[in-house]
Amino acid sequence: MKMPFSAMLGIFLTSSFVFLAVFAQFLAPYSITEASGGVWEGPSATHWLGTDTIGRDIFSRLIYGGQITIFVALASSVLAFSVGSFFGFMAAVRGGWADQIMSRIVDLMMAIPSLIVALVILSVLPLNLTVLILVIGLLDSTRVFRLSRAVAMDIAVMDYVEAAKLRGERQTWVIFREILPNALSPLVAEFGLRFIFAVLFISTLSFLGLGIQPPLADWGGMVKENKDGLVYGKSAALMPAFAIAALAISVNLVADWILSRTTSLKGGRGG
Amino acid sequence: MHPVLKLVVQRLALGLVLLLAVSAVIFLGIEALPGDTAQAILGQAATEVSLANLREKLGLNEPALTRYFVWLWAALHGDLGVALTNGVDIATAIGQRFGNTLFLAGCAAVISVPLAITLGLVAARYNGRWPDKVISGLTLTTISLPEFVAAYFVIFLLTQVFPIFQPVAMVFPGMSFWAKLNAVALPVIVLVMVVLAHMMRMTRAAILNVMQSAYIETAELKGLTPMQVIWRHAFPNAIAPIVSVVILNLAYLVVGVVVVEVVFGYNALGQYLVDHVTKRDLPVVQAVGMIFAAVYIGLNILADVISIGANPRLRHPK
Repeated sequence: MKMPFSAMLGIFLTSSFVFLAVFAQFLAPYSITEASGGVWEGPSATHWLGTDTIGRDIFSRLIYGGQITIFVALASSVLAFSVGSFFGFMAAVRGGWADQIMSRIVDLMMAIPSLIVALVILSVLPLNLTVLILVIGLLDSTRVFRLSRAVAMDIAVMDYVEAAKLRGERQTWVIFREILPNALSPLVAEFGLRFIFAVLFISTLSFLGLGIQPPLADWGGMVKENKDGLVYGKSAALMPAFAIAALAISVNLVADWILSRTTSLKGGRGG
Repeated sequence: MHPVLKLVVQRLALGLVLLLAVSAVIFLGIEALPGDTAQAILGQAATEVSLANLREKLGLNEPALTRYFVWLWAALHGDLGVALTNGVDIATAIGQRFGNTLFLAGCAAVISVPLAITLGLVAARYNGRWPDKVISGLTLTTISLPEFVAAYFVIFLLTQVFPIFQPVAMVFPGMSFWAKLNAVALPVIVLVMVVLAHMMRMTRAAILNVMQSAYIETAELKGLTPMQVIWRHAFPNAIAPIVSVVILNLAYLVVGVVVVEVVFGYNALGQYLVDHVTKRDLPVVQAVGMIFAAVYIGLNILADVISIGANPRLRHPK
């Protein structure tokens, strides 16, 4: 099957972001804290994207910021997936009261907007990376739970699952060896969407001053630091904003492509 | 009892139960997390004696369940307690700000709802042709942007590149209605952008879904123009899903409003919440969080009730 242009662009951009994030320490021309220029300088040969509110190089901070943003988003979406899909499969396989309890808890969590829940929780917990990853990951796992439960419900009634149960396999075997491999493709596409959600979430929290704390910086925090310059026509705050948008759109393109591929594999609607 | 009435009452009861459960989560869930209000107020340098005194004064020595019911009972009577940081009565502080939030969200809703439905109809009419592709492409881009990023793009464009608006939105009591409208123009544009995309895409999907029915084919075959088919046959049948889409997105506005208020320094509920999360002022956070949750749940229940009402099979039972 030929890969559409949008998907190739998406994969190219996503992998460049990941590459920059992984090798940030070697690629960034300046350190994250070093004030190497004047306040809000425009782009020049020494500072490719200009300098920020206290004269730090924006390009270097963007690279380091991308590292933190992508790390937190990746860690929390992995957490969301392990927790969400495990309990989702469990609910589908067990059914009965276990399913009822888990589904109602998830309904309750999804009855409040996640940003509001996060704000309430973060008002008592210390703000550090572990807490942020846990909060974002667990809030996001509710959506994964719903999806994986729905997918697993379809699979759990298949003959081969029945056969596995009848020959006396344990529940973990049924979940990991029978259901997981068959539920993988819709979950992979969903992973992309959850990752974007986590990127937007951590950026929003940092922008509100409740995410990554200085001297570390992620993209949302960089927008916050430089936002006052916009009034004077300094576009420093737009660089990290643009990075967030570019990452979100490129991952979206890849996820869209995977999604359309998996639905067409099943002979689904809309070809 | 009429089946519609019965369903509606069921939904309302469910909403109340949900609200009660949410209040328990917001209060007791927070209690279960590590951390101590007295410690939060006095800071790390507090002595054991002063901590104990403050705990006594705030009633923290009572069991959590007792305090929850005391809090709930007072909240139901409009008493939300006082803010820890400055001792101001929370209910009064919220009252005025809530009005500002509603004004902002209301303006955004008045513009975005008709616009989204019109664009959705147009996109469905030209499904797969260029107007559809342009609209879908643009909305896909805005969906990928978090609210604050969209906000700064708009600010830069409309205050720097084309200097039309002021970058801050200050509203104060005594301002005339027009002056207020002028002040919230930019935040409203951002909010419209953010909810428009979701709303329009879902409207388009709802109409396209109806367009596959047999009676649409009949309408086409008897020679109606495409716009007539959509307007007379598809739209009435798509009303239920469209209304629920619209209301779900208004609920989404509730979250968008928090961030947008902070961006524009707009003195309202969202800004108040974020400020007090930073100050770790738990009573304020709980009260405002509860209000946001209540509005969100209320809108969701409303969407359910309207789609029940719009279903002719339920309205006219056999």
